Amino acid sequence: MSVISPKKPVVEMHSITKTFLDVVANNNVDLRLYEGEICALLGENGAGKTTLMNILFGYYTADSGQILVRGEKVAFSSPHDAIENGVGMVHQHFSLVPSQTVLENIVVGSFRGKFFLDTAAAKRKLLELQNRFGLHVDPDAFVWTLPVGSQQKVEILKALYRDASILILDEPTAVLAPLETKELFATLRTFAAEGRSVVFISHKLNEVMEISDRVVVLARGKVVAERKTSETSEKELANLMVGHELTKQPYSPSRKTGAPLLQVSGLTVKNDKGVVAVKDLSLTLHAGEITALAGVSGNGQKELAEVLFGFRELLQGSVMIGDQPLPFGSPKAAIESGIGRIPEDRMTTGLILDLTVEENLALENHTKFKKGWTIDYRALRRHAEKLIEDFSIKTAGPGAIARTLSGGNLQKIILARVLSASPRIIVAAQPTRGLDVGAAEYVHRRILEARDAGSAVLLISEDLDEIFMLSDRIAVMFEGVIMGMVGRREASIEQISLWMSGVKEKCA
Amino acid sequence: MRLIMTKRPPLSGWIQVLLPIGAILVTLVLSAIPILFAGGELWLSFYSLFKGALGTRYNLLETFTHAAPLTFTGLAVAFAFRAKFWNIGAEGQLLAGAIAAAWVGINAPPLPAFVLIFLICLAGFLAGGAWATIPAFLKNKLKVDDVVSSLLLNYVMWHIMGFLLFGPMQMPGSSWPRSAAIAQAAHFPVLLSRSRFHLGILLAAIAVLVVWFINSKTELGFQSRAVGANARAAAFGGINVNSVIFKTALISGGLAGMAGVGEVAGIHFHLLMDISPGFGYSGIVIAMLGRLHPVGTALSAFFFSTVIVGAQSMSRMTGVPTYIADVIQAMALLVMLIALLFTEYRIRVVRD
Repeated sequence: MSVISPKKPVVEMHSITKTFLDVVANNNVDLRLYEGEICALLGENGAGKTTLMNILFGYYTADSGQILVRGEKVAFSSPHDAIENGVGMVHQHFSLVPSQTVLENIVVGSFRGKFFLDTAAAKRKLLELQNRFGLHVDPDAFVWTLPVGSQQKVEILKALYRDASILILDEPTAVLAPLETKELFATLRTFAAEGRSVVFISHKLNEVMEISDRVVVLARGKVVAERKTSETSEKELANLMVGHELTKQPYSPSRKTGAPLLQVSGLTVKNDKGVVAVKDLSLTLHAGEITALAGVSGNGQKELAEVLFGFRELLQGSVMIGDQPLPFGSPKAAIESGIGRIPEDRMTTGLILDLTVEENLALENHTKFKKGWTIDYRALRRHAEKLIEDFSIKTAGPGAIARTLSGGNLQKIILARVLSASPRIIVAAQPTRGLDVGAAEYVHRRILEARDAGSAVLLISEDLDEIFMLSDRIAVMFEGVIMGMVGRREASIEQISLWMSGVKEKCA
Repeated sequence: MRLIMTKRPPLSGWIQVLLPIGAILVTLVLSAIPILFAGGELWLSFYSLFKGALGTRYNLLETFTHAAPLTFTGLAVAFAFRAKFWNIGAEGQLLAGAIAAAWVGINAPPLPAFVLIFLICLAGFLAGGAWATIPAFLKNKLKVDDVVSSLLLNYVMWHIMGFLLFGPMQMPGSSWPRSAAIAQAAHFPVLLSRSRFHLGILLAAIAVLVVWFINSKTELGFQSRAVGANARAAAFGGINVNSVIFKTALISGGLAGMAGVGEVAGIHFHLLMDISPGFGYSGIVIAMLGRLHPVGTALSAFFFSTVIVGAQSMSRMTGVPTYIADVIQAMALLVMLIALLFTEYRIRVVRD
């Protein structure tokens, strides 16, 4: 499998394993990085790319395995050690001080042991680097005034200033406009041409094909493939990244599809950074049918879900429930319109972990327990006891603090809250992410029951197994648009993975 | 060698009660250091502190009297902090309440006492509440940090009071920054003879019950707890977060305003520049020590009052300056914060 390269390896990572609590992020991973190459690390979200690179950068310590840099065994205990050894990393979330200038941000930490700061010399060195790599940012500008693309340049300059010969970039193009991406690629090529090496973390196939010399594909914490970029294709990489044999039998399909219950038309939405994340999207959900929205996360699914949750304003378009438009930016209106909402982030959005189980169960409808000025906590408790029983939520009692429950039981709280209101429409975002097999199956069964009772379900998921088991129709989202939609029986995993990677062509 | 902090599971209810008591004991032990440093004889100092605060009927009632404004400002802060509305402005809200109460008390037409007293309470509550809604409004609409805005508004209100007391509200013929006296009918009645134990103390006790009721029984209490614990999830659950913060600010500021009403109508009967020796700031410490619970807040206000009243007699007996009361208050906060750190985190020493 290994690709023979004439050049010397600058980094060798051997049998790296890293676990977080009970989640295995990296499982016995081997990775080599050669001199003068751009190596793409490709994989879905949660495949373990960032963890692996954070280990190389000294941010995490591996549970087992060893790392060699230029043939010498190293054990970085902090990013500072890594930087001393010529390893630089640009994270997705920048670590810049907004109230300081570009120059100050770049030189911070590089004056160790010196009392006086020679800013003039620092500036000269910075300007020289800027010219060499085409990274033009005004050294005296305050970082908060810079657009994201320029902030990224500052991060890269910071690494170069400390003579990084190995540069790790974590999804660098996520924040860039197309033209900025071109500039970045030019910089990276110059960098590699000097005999230095780049690790480019991404899940965008077209970019990987364009910039890299070699691709390492990670899935579920393991290296599943390694290819020379010139000897592979987007199609093959898509299959390697997401495509695997479906192991589980699908559930029974919808018996009868009813009237359209929710119609999204021409929806355009911006994300938190103000970039358009959903573009002119239209979608209809029918009674008694599960529509799955597949796609690598970060392609606008979250923003679409948030609009349906009443949690995000939109730019254009409309959402009709029956013949009533959904008022936007009001979670309360969404609840009252009969949308059952299972958010992607149950710990921070769906639940209030420091409140009790019964309070969380009543979060969306606590006004129903109002008796005059007060809340009838006894009725609220009876309601909670019933749901705990019906959904077999494992807890010390309705008065237990939610934080003490396991992930699966927390999801059951949300499920119980949503389904007990008999919603006509259910929007479930990543409803089984992080759950064990038993809990996931329970969630699936409940969603199917709701469908059979006539609810229209939108299942937003990255898990193709789940999508093929549960859905009646599959739509694929990529960069804010729906690439294609197909009935589950007609769908092939090859077709879905192609759409997921942004390739529009139909499978033969 | 490094210190590693890891979050621990929530501790049981008993610890929550024992924690402030432990913190107070540790504070008293630590306060021996500044007392000795100031040349006080240790046992005599502590003896005169507690005797001076609790030892005689008059002193005990005086301690209750002093605890009333502290209870109001403590409740104000505790109520706001529960919703994570960081109201550091109880001092300014107290002054707003005092100004409004004094204005009504001076200018109201002759009215029966119970009507006038109701009116000055209402005016003081609304003035304090309104002043507190400014930082709430700025937080909701413009994302202005509530710590900074509520704190700075204290100074604004202090200068407004200065303007009034050197100007329109100054007692005619006086050159002191002092208002005319409020009407006799506006005076809070003294409830126990031969003391200054006035109506305000009873009102403070009622306020403790009301805040407890709002917190644990009403919709607003439920919602403010939810907003304080996780505003994003509360909003997702359909709670109007801005409205909750606004109502919380109104009530919080109103409680602080009541502290000002009590000082004007129960103690001084005039508006003065030094109507508050920092009751609003002490309220922050008191609320933290009381774990933001209304009963805890009342108890911790009483402890503070004990220290403040007792420090005066300690000073007379031993020559230790009354500033010791401020030192003990500050230490109580620090000890409490450290204790809270230990309840939320496990701290281990790791040798590299």
